[in-house]
Amino acid sequence: MKLPIFMDYHSTTPMDPRVLEAMKPYFVEDFGNAASRNHAFGWKAEAAVEKARKQVGKLIGASDKEIVFTSGATESNNLAIKGAAEFYKDKGDHIITLSTEHKAVLDTCKRLERQRMDRIEELKLQRLMELTGRDVTLDELATLEIKHDLENDALLKRWIDKVRVGARVTYLSPKKDGLIDLDELRSAITDQTILVSVMFANNEIGVVQPLAEIGAICREKGVLFHTDAVQGVGKLPFDVEQVKADLVSLTAHKMYGPKGVGALYVRRKPRVRIAPIIDGGGHERGMRSGTLNVAGIVGFGAAAEIAKDELAAEAQRVGALRDRLWAGLQKKLDLLTVNGSWEHRLPGNLNVSFAYVEGEAMMMAIKDVAVSSGSACTSASLEPSYVLRALGVDEDMAHSSIRFGLGRFSTQEEVDYVIEIVIAAVKKLRDMSPLYEMAKEGIDLKSIEWTAH
Amino acid sequence: MAYSDKVIEHYENPHNVGTLDKEDPNVGTGLVGAPACGDVMRLQLKISDDGMIQDAKFKTFGCGSAIASSSLVTEWVKGKSIEDAVTITNKDIAQELSLPPVKIHCSVLAEDAIKAAIKDFQEKRARRQSGDASAVKQPTTQP
Repeated sequence: MKLPIFMDYHSTTPMDPRVLEAMKPYFVEDFGNAASRNHAFGWKAEAAVEKARKQVGKLIGASDKEIVFTSGATESNNLAIKGAAEFYKDKGDHIITLSTEHKAVLDTCKRLERQRMDRIEELKLQRLMELTGRDVTLDELATLEIKHDLENDALLKRWIDKVRVGARVTYLSPKKDGLIDLDELRSAITDQTILVSVMFANNEIGVVQPLAEIGAICREKGVLFHTDAVQGVGKLPFDVEQVKADLVSLTAHKMYGPKGVGALYVRRKPRVRIAPIIDGGGHERGMRSGTLNVAGIVGFGAAAEIAKDELAAEAQRVGALRDRLWAGLQKKLDLLTVNGSWEHRLPGNLNVSFAYVEGEAMMMAIKDVAVSSGSACTSASLEPSYVLRALGVDEDMAHSSIRFGLGRFSTQEEVDYVIEIVIAAVKKLRDMSPLYEMAKEGIDLKSIEWTAH
Repeated sequence: MAYSDKVIEHYENPHNVGTLDKEDPNVGTGLVGAPACGDVMRLQLKISDDGMIQDAKFKTFGCGSAIASSSLVTEWVKGKSIEDAVTITNKDIAQELSLPPVKIHCSVLAEDAIKAAIKDFQEKRARRQSGDASAVKQPTTQP
């Protein structure tokens, strides 16, 4: 067994050696530009890209014509949300998403909200200039807005109704188990809603959303359904027809392919349109300009084909390893909590809070194992995981969470080793933890007036 | 984030982990931080009647830098008078451990813990001198 052990498969995955083999010819030998239509170098590259397009499409039950290659899922999420918001701006301006989505979705939505607010601010200034008969600066807005009662200004209201920039966004809170509340989703949809964006599986807690139910609601209401499917596709069965998805974000590096290449599935029947966010040579049917990353795309295709062939067996094997890890930890440790639904979960995910042990200290103690923590100390923000907090997990328990991610190359030997060193680390850190001592003495930690800092 | 060698050394072999009898009139207990913020330090000092720190023990819930900061201050305060101990600043701690900016709060917490423990000891002594024997028995878990 080689150290360190990689148990952080949600962050990325090692490339499958078979994928590397498939990619190799496309760096030096077959280096052509897939957009070169007039010579053999271009044709060869184009053929390789089109083969990969079929392979990726097949993995999700889509046709090759519905696959747009991008630089990764962050770009795919941006393209799906910004692209749909812009293209359908005359139909509506409301987007619904979940507060536990990846930042690539949440921050994209935030930008759209800000763009709309900026436009409204301009209109308010314009209106105030009319009302005061003079120039009005941004600094005066807050005061004058109240003075002239803009809130009840009928004309301004009509102007704001005409705003077609950005979007309004509803962020639904998940239930305690991390799953979306379908009734809440249903009632959040208005006649202005154009898009619902809910991820397939969460990157922190591995919770798998009921996509088919969400898709059915969206279809019924005539709203587009986008799903960031990077964590789930290749790990669990996924079919765009079954879940009625209109836009699906994918990335290669979460399924044993290379980094820097992803895709957006864009439904053709019924046809879904998006405005591009990158303009240029009109590649990818105008939806994503830029010379194609041929080698990366070939690798993505190969990774998708392997994932499709091996998915069922791999899910079972990885799930069994994850269960072994959890059983092993529980046998020797008390006060453990799994975060998020246990049954609706990726096979390779275990997100567990070790009460009274701080996550970063834990990661230091098991430094031969690469895992991840919801502890604030692992981020620059000093805030613990927003995903865990959205589930209502207490902040101290969020600080105590560790995410184990298992995958294709995880072994039983590794799992057994990890069980052993995690148990030792938790024992050591609990012996050092004043909170554990106090809890064992029966002191209610919530009754203490802590000095927040 | 890479840790300094000194942080790793203290983290892997922490000095003076443990508990002193908080009911002992010569023991001052400082409990600072908050679980919700991800770090809680408990520093206990055994202080002689003439104000010399004879022993120090800590327990910390927190990251490696918080544990290292606690471990370091237990070493530093032992053998010092309380007047000297309160002059230890978070800057001294951060410098000794080469803490990066995001970890400065760990050193602040350690400085606070020293002050809180000494304050607890002094309050206990004041209560004892004023003859209020029952007050000495008060639990001192409050930070």
